[in-house]
Amino acid sequence: MWKYFAKRLGMMAVALFFIILLTFIIMHSIPGGPFTSDRKVSAEVEAALNAKYNLDAPLYEQFFDYLGGVLRGDFGPSYEYTGKSVNDFIANGFPVSAKLGVITMVFVLLASIPMGILAAVKNGKWQDMAVMAVATIGVTIPSFVIASVLIYIFSFRLNWLPTYGVDTWKGYILPVIALGGYSVSYLARLMRSSLLEVMGQDYIRTARAKGLSETKVILRHAMRNALIPVITVLGPTVANLLTGSFVVEKIFAIPGLGVHFVNSVSQRDYTTIMGVTIFYATFLLAMIFIVDVFYCLIDPRIKYE
Amino acid sequence: MEPILQVENLKTSFFTSNGEVQAVRGVSFSVEKGDILGIVGESGSGKSVTSMSILKLLADTGKIKEGTILFEGQDLTKMGKAQMRKIRGEKIAMIFQDPMSSLNPLIPVGKQVAEMIKEHHPEKKKDELKREVLDLFSRVRIPEPEKRYNSYPHEFSGGMRQRVMIAMALGNKPDLLIADEPTTALDVTIQDQILKQLRGLQKEFGTSIIFITHDLGVVAELCTRVIVMYGGLVMEEARIDDIFEDPKHPYTLGLLASIPKLEQDKGQRLSPIPGSPPDMTNPPVGCPFAPRCPYARNICAAECPEFKEVGEGHRSRCWLLDPEAPSDHNPFR
Ligand SMILES: Nc1ncnc2c1ncn2[C@@H]1O[C@H](COP(=O)(O)OP(=O)(O)OP(=O)(O)O)[C@@H](O)[C@H]1O
Ligand SMILES: [Mg+2]
Repeated sequence: MWKYFAKRLGMMAVALFFIILLTFIIMHSIPGGPFTSDRKVSAEVEAALNAKYNLDAPLYEQFFDYLGGVLRGDFGPSYEYTGKSVNDFIANGFPVSAKLGVITMVFVLLASIPMGILAAVKNGKWQDMAVMAVATIGVTIPSFVIASVLIYIFSFRLNWLPTYGVDTWKGYILPVIALGGYSVSYLARLMRSSLLEVMGQDYIRTARAKGLSETKVILRHAMRNALIPVITVLGPTVANLLTGSFVVEKIFAIPGLGVHFVNSVSQRDYTTIMGVTIFYATFLLAMIFIVDVFYCLIDPRIKYE
Repeated sequence: MEPILQVENLKTSFFTSNGEVQAVRGVSFSVEKGDILGIVGESGSGKSVTSMSILKLLADTGKIKEGTILFEGQDLTKMGKAQMRKIRGEKIAMIFQDPMSSLNPLIPVGKQVAEMIKEHHPEKKKDELKREVLDLFSRVRIPEPEKRYNSYPHEFSGGMRQRVMIAMALGNKPDLLIADEPTTALDVTIQDQILKQLRGLQKEFGTSIIFITHDLGVVAELCTRVIVMYGGLVMEEARIDDIFEDPKHPYTLGLLASIPKLEQDKGQRLSPIPGSPPDMTNPPVGCPFAPRCPYARNICAAECPEFKEVGEGHRSRCWLLDPEAPSDHNPFR
């Protein structure tokens, strides 16, 4: 088992190396340098800038310089904001994004799993219909539309919640719903169908034949089996929440990492784009690894080869 | 002897999108205390649905439409959920048809057996439960019970899983054990061992058993009485000797002819009676076996024969046994 996890970690390191390499190559193959802008910079100034940021050196040398930095946890300086490093952006933005992400994830799990269970247990009844109606809306309407509608109703009309910022707990309500809406709906549907399938299995009949109550049958026998597909998609769900946060952070003017990323793209801030991409990639791989560990813990059939 | 279980005119249907599947259409039988009753019949004849009806373990679409199921004097069909749960696993236990899928894949087998005991005897302590489970495991000849206690179902072969199921079913020494084709999925040597164990249990604890199978040969080894099912009906009911020496229904004759003669053919599913069972969404008005019966007459297709006494403890459902029935040619040829 430990050997298996060690191997997985090794594979993650390799994957990460190629992600860094690819981002680096793509960033350097886009025409136009970081100092190409509407405003004309004299040739001398440009040369000086290139020299300062070591942009004249051969590409492989630049790459290994960069890689060395990344390994030390240093993503280099920002090209756009003098005196600021990419690490500063991450240090400022990530805690904000992470807080929103964690709150959203908790909300997603606490909402979707009970919703899915309720719908499956009340299969075909009005509770099922209600959950499925909400879940269908949630997966079909994009987060920015949901966000706009929510802002219109709860902020402009009813004046209950702020339109932007997360200075108070009230500020989190709308962003969390907008960000988590899709995942709640998706996971609730998945939980429902998975639990329904499991409830039809022979071993559930065995559990009932033991004389267990329906609650015990569901909690002890059906839930763990039904959660397996849900756990499988938790990795991508986290990814979804992270990428989704670009839009939601922008709409609600939340000073998270997503906003920095969007800005850095429009400003050709190479090092910031690369740094944030690599940071996200690492984060994602870590998430997937954690999901994998959970998966192995819950399902004894998984072989560790 | 008094019966432990008495099923009267049981009718069970499934209400599906294709209409009503009339799986069981009026089945009556009884099981004496300490007796082994065999239920035989081809695939789809309603054997499993009958047994699931007794414990009310039918799928959501299934419903008992009519009839009574008296167990120790109480009608199970009228029993509430909570009362029913007290009976399941404690008084009536069941071994299911498919051992591969009948155990929870995520829970160690020992724990699954212990759960059955714990549910009905919550006062039992952990180590007491474990001791009982280990005892059951060695009783059903699971090698190295101590080591196997914490194994998961996927680490077991089909035969071993079925032993776990049997150990589980015996956990609370039930008064009635329903074994639904417990050996069909297994190879011959294991089949013989399991039959031996069931017989031993019946002797030791006086457990009454309903043994369901395709195979009249197996019935001969184990049971004292047999009912033969076809198309959701009981076609013949008799003591085991009468079934073999004096069968009174053409379907029973067909089944007898299909018993594998050679030892190595055993366990193979033969279907030597030509034709196939009826569609239960639209069951025939006459005798369900008539379209396949070599002796069928006009009346057989038109009207279903009654289930009649033909000897002591011997009943059969066939027009051939009625001296008044018109004897013209067979419309199915
Ligand atoms: N859940 C269900 N929904 C609809 N029809 C069903 C269901 N379960 C069983 N049936 C139908 O009921 C009839 C009797 O099935 P049953 O399982 O009792 O047969 P069986 O005698 O046990 O056969 P086998 O030897 O193959 O186990 C069949 O026609 C079957 O298609
Ligand atoms: Mg069956």
